[in-house]
Amino acid sequence: MIISVASGKGGTGKTTVATNLAFALGSRVELLDCDVEEPNAHLFLHPVFERSERVKTPVPLVDESKCTFCKKCSAICRFNALAVVGKRVLVFAELCHGCGGCLLVCPEGAISETGRELGSLNFGRRDAIGCISGQLRVGETMAPPLIKRVRAAADPEQITLIDAPPGTSCPVIAAMHGADFVLLVTEPTPFGLHDLKLAMAAVKLLGIPAGLVVNRADIGDDQVFAYAEREGLPLLLTIPFDRKIAEAYSQGKLIVEELPAWRERFIDLYRAIETIVQGSTAAVCANS
Amino acid sequence: MRELVIISGKGGTGKTSLTAAFAALAAETSNSVLCDADVDAADLHLLMQPEVQRRTDFMGGSKALITPDLCTGCGTCRSLCRFDAISERLTVDPLRCEGCGVCVDFCPTAAIAFPVQRCGEWYLSETRFGPMVHARLGIAEENSGKLVSLVRRQARQLAEERGSELILTDGPPGIGCPVIAAIGGATALVIVVEPTVSGRHDMERVLDLAAHFRVPGMICVNKFDLNLEMTEAIEQVAAKRNGTLLGRVPFDPIFTRSMVAGKTLFEYGEETPTRQRVREIWNRITGSPAMHPPGIVDCKTTIQ
Repeated sequence: MIISVASGKGGTGKTTVATNLAFALGSRVELLDCDVEEPNAHLFLHPVFERSERVKTPVPLVDESKCTFCKKCSAICRFNALAVVGKRVLVFAELCHGCGGCLLVCPEGAISETGRELGSLNFGRRDAIGCISGQLRVGETMAPPLIKRVRAAADPEQITLIDAPPGTSCPVIAAMHGADFVLLVTEPTPFGLHDLKLAMAAVKLLGIPAGLVVNRADIGDDQVFAYAEREGLPLLLTIPFDRKIAEAYSQGKLIVEELPAWRERFIDLYRAIETIVQGSTAAVCANS
Repeated sequence: MRELVIISGKGGTGKTSLTAAFAALAAETSNSVLCDADVDAADLHLLMQPEVQRRTDFMGGSKALITPDLCTGCGTCRSLCRFDAISERLTVDPLRCEGCGVCVDFCPTAAIAFPVQRCGEWYLSETRFGPMVHARLGIAEENSGKLVSLVRRQARQLAEERGSELILTDGPPGIGCPVIAAIGGATALVIVVEPTVSGRHDMERVLDLAAHFRVPGMICVNKFDLNLEMTEAIEQVAAKRNGTLLGRVPFDPIFTRSMVAGKTLFEYGEETPTRQRVREIWNRITGSPAMHPPGIVDCKTTIQ
């Protein structure tokens, strides 16, 4: 079971939901922090990190002694990562997407590959809960390949909870693609609603069943609730604005630890997701 | 001309609400241009209600498209694609296609087309606080950095045409591609931080990024009274790293209420202490050395 926790708008409570859900489940669960630009899950789950792995993406390395400066490499590169200027080949490594086109097209075999560091994967545990956190190198632009590496490191035998980045563009898609369920988290404000609609469009594009958590449910207005009802987006949990929750969050504490009554609510949330996923799988089987 | 970019690292700290409040204050004294560089989940227009004057398609990269009639099923494309974008049945998954064109160039029967994609659109608009450049990136699209660069370029052009002194840019969250595109060459950054462990963590990463690209950063703690200890810790970290401290904004439901009303802080309700604080912060921004670097000449004095 892969559950991706996403939102559109930032700061609505994705990490809160993902970490509390992981902690409430307690075992057979792995939390993937795919918000690699600003990974925060570890600040709440407090895992002990056991090892760290550097992640690289391939970039070309040109052997100018073999190069005839034919410019085929710079012609094939759609990302302008190579330029041939006189008797020099300039490689702009930060623009390279690692497609390998230049390597394939070079008639002299003058191009090999080296790596550009994207960031790191950090592997940790909080008791029986696994945690893999991706961290983008400061200055690196490309988050999606690192997100894919975090996803690839997941243990398929466990429940996978993904803490996704905000937005609706390629990093979010990398964090949602192939999930069994997307749990959308929003707040009932005009910004929250606007970005929820965008996130819903992404979920629909991917064809993944989804459910909604409304955080700080008593601020703002009721437009988010009306939208969810119109869209048939099941409301699975509401979390009120409570100064105690906000303060616990600010200190890096989990709601389920501070207010134990919430443990059962998060477990119920998981059960509700399970029921929806089983239902949609059954529907797919019945149709095929 | 100066460009002030409001960013945060962490999402939801109040970037857009504060940008809108600053826009209202800036309009009192100068003619500025507004720019929403959070093209992924743009929200500033919800408070600015821009009247769109011109709408332009944003053409991003290309994506591979296999023409079944020309395809011999050799599978070369699939074996060369490093992004797992081509299925066993030899169809391209547009969500995985990186737009590198390797399959296009190496297909032995030239069966793969490479049409340029419309990835979104951008707008030139008028608002009650002046002109605004904003955009909407298509769902699941790439090239957000390119679109951010485009809206900033347009804002700059517009500011030149109108003789504006200031561009006020609402930035995206994070530290990746769109943020890098949003801060390069900016005069200064306002980093909006909330007093939480994640707020502090993300501010540090954004400060690293600002240092990397050599853009001066100024810090404003929003909802500071949610955790006073953390607010102080954040201010210490920021000061140690040469981030100018702009001040503190309290947690005040008036931000949400004014948002629901589609208004800025300064257009909703009565004069409040929160307004006064935001006004002071704005004065510190406009008076800061960071906003008056050598080379920009205008009537205002630089360092007091």
